[in-house]
Amino acid sequence: MSAQIQPRSTQAIELKGVNKWFGTFHVLKNIDLSVGLGEKVVICGPSGSGKSTVVRCINRLEEHQEGTIRVDGVELTNDPKSVAAIRSEVGMVFQQFNLFPHLTVLENLTLGPIKARGMTRSEAEARAMHYLERVHIPEQARKRPGQLSGGQQQRVAIARSLCMEPKVLLFDEPTSALDPEMISEVLDVMVTLAEEGMTMVVVTHEMGFARKVADQMVFMDAGEIVEQGSPEEFFGAPRSPRCQKFLSQILQH
Amino acid sequence: MKKLLLLALPILALSGCSSSSTWGWYVINPMTPGGWINIKFLISGMGDTILISVIAAVLSIVVGLVVALPGLSKKRGWRLVNRVYVEFIRSIPLLPMLFWVFYGLPIIFREMGLNIPIDPFWGAVITLALSDSAFTAEIYRAGIQSIAKGQTEAAQTIGLNYLQTMRYVILPQAIRRILPPLANQFIYIVKMSAFASVIGMQELTRRANELVVTEYRPLEIYTLLILEYLVLVLIISAGVRWLERRMGSDERG
Ligand SMILES: Nc1ncnc2c1ncn2[C@@H]1O[C@H](COP(=O)(O)OP(=O)(O)OP(=O)(O)O)[C@@H](O)[C@H]1O
Ligand SMILES: [Mg+2]
Repeated sequence: MSAQIQPRSTQAIELKGVNKWFGTFHVLKNIDLSVGLGEKVVICGPSGSGKSTVVRCINRLEEHQEGTIRVDGVELTNDPKSVAAIRSEVGMVFQQFNLFPHLTVLENLTLGPIKARGMTRSEAEARAMHYLERVHIPEQARKRPGQLSGGQQQRVAIARSLCMEPKVLLFDEPTSALDPEMISEVLDVMVTLAEEGMTMVVVTHEMGFARKVADQMVFMDAGEIVEQGSPEEFFGAPRSPRCQKFLSQILQH
Repeated sequence: MKKLLLLALPILALSGCSSSSTWGWYVINPMTPGGWINIKFLISGMGDTILISVIAAVLSIVVGLVVALPGLSKKRGWRLVNRVYVEFIRSIPLLPMLFWVFYGLPIIFREMGLNIPIDPFWGAVITLALSDSAFTAEIYRAGIQSIAKGQTEAAQTIGLNYLQTMRYVILPQAIRRILPPLANQFIYIVKMSAFASVIGMQELTRRANELVVTEYRPLEIYTLLILEYLVLVLIISAGVRWLERRMGSDERG
């Protein structure tokens, strides 16, 4: 007998038959999704379709009840070790930024590296400044989040995730809470990240961004993945009527 | 402080003409040797009142937090532990609890083969801390719940564990909402410490009672007693306002 060779999964994220209920409400129905290393997936769909819930299941902000979720080959279970292992590989950017208002920008960025990773303060600050430069706001390091514009806050939030050097970044409508003139400064940072090969799952209705970076488009409705494919197929010839209707609505304005 | 002097003025005036009236302010007239001795006797209870209150408050602040945390859990079992403790302790009137702790608890200790005597001082401290902890727990719970869920989620996504999330993210923000009601509870403890007189603790109220028995001047002596509590409470209030101002400037800085 030859030793069994475990083929190491090349998938960064793998969801198989994931189901989730909020009480009796079936919010996710048989979700299958795989995201390769370096791949960018854009999820869109009407409000309440379950986009946030899918993304939040990937780093256990929500618990799924059926199916399997793997991140970098590690299965997400109730074992706190598996949750911690997966969270250390997955960063998340929220619609509402969720910066820590009582800490400076620099402290927001160094908290995780120092407390969760055991880095020294000077190491963590050097890393924080590096990523603040990447998002073009090193000069704001000593300010509090409340003193920054929305666009700046979201860029700080992206830098905070990057400071944990995750393999995967999740974005849940990162530009929906922003004034129109600030959307592009955040999208520009995300495009750069994408070009550098970060694995990204992005919930957004910014279809210009999607066309530019997406390798895979996912359309959700009522807890299901209704349509899934390359941006060319997706925008060129959407098959399902629900997706066609959604796209015509969203591309109108 | 000005208010206090205004209140004290008429009393001083009355004490001056005590001999020619039915008032008996001479019992606490600092100008006469007898009055001065009485005042010293009454005021020397201040130390015990303060010590009992401070120790009870510190214990209550610690126990309250320990009781509050399970109340914030997602698991129903933990929340139940919190509810049972709070509802049970909150429903016991202070005096019966004091009797139970002072006269009853030593019997339990003896049955368990422990030689832990409970003197009036510790009887009062334990009772006040226990009784207050149910209220402190509710204050913590409300304060922590007032911090947006996104803060906990952001902390989790940068790898902080439960205690780190509480310590570095939630409590520093919640403390501003927790502190004012906690200060109210401290004032409540100071006032309730008067019950310690019932089990023989020679604090402010007990001393006033003892003097009334020998001098038979209840109005004058109890008036002074009330003023003693007033001074204590005013000092605490001033201290809390100072603390609040300091923390307020912290946030802006
Ligand atoms: N904690 C919860 N408890 C109960 N129901 C919930 C909870 N969170 C979300 N839901 C419901 O689940 C459904 C999917 O929610 P989700 O937030 O995933 O939708 P979404 O696609 O992200 O919508 P939006 O575009 O508005 O953000 C909605 O109907 C929502 O009301
Ligand atoms: Mg959403």
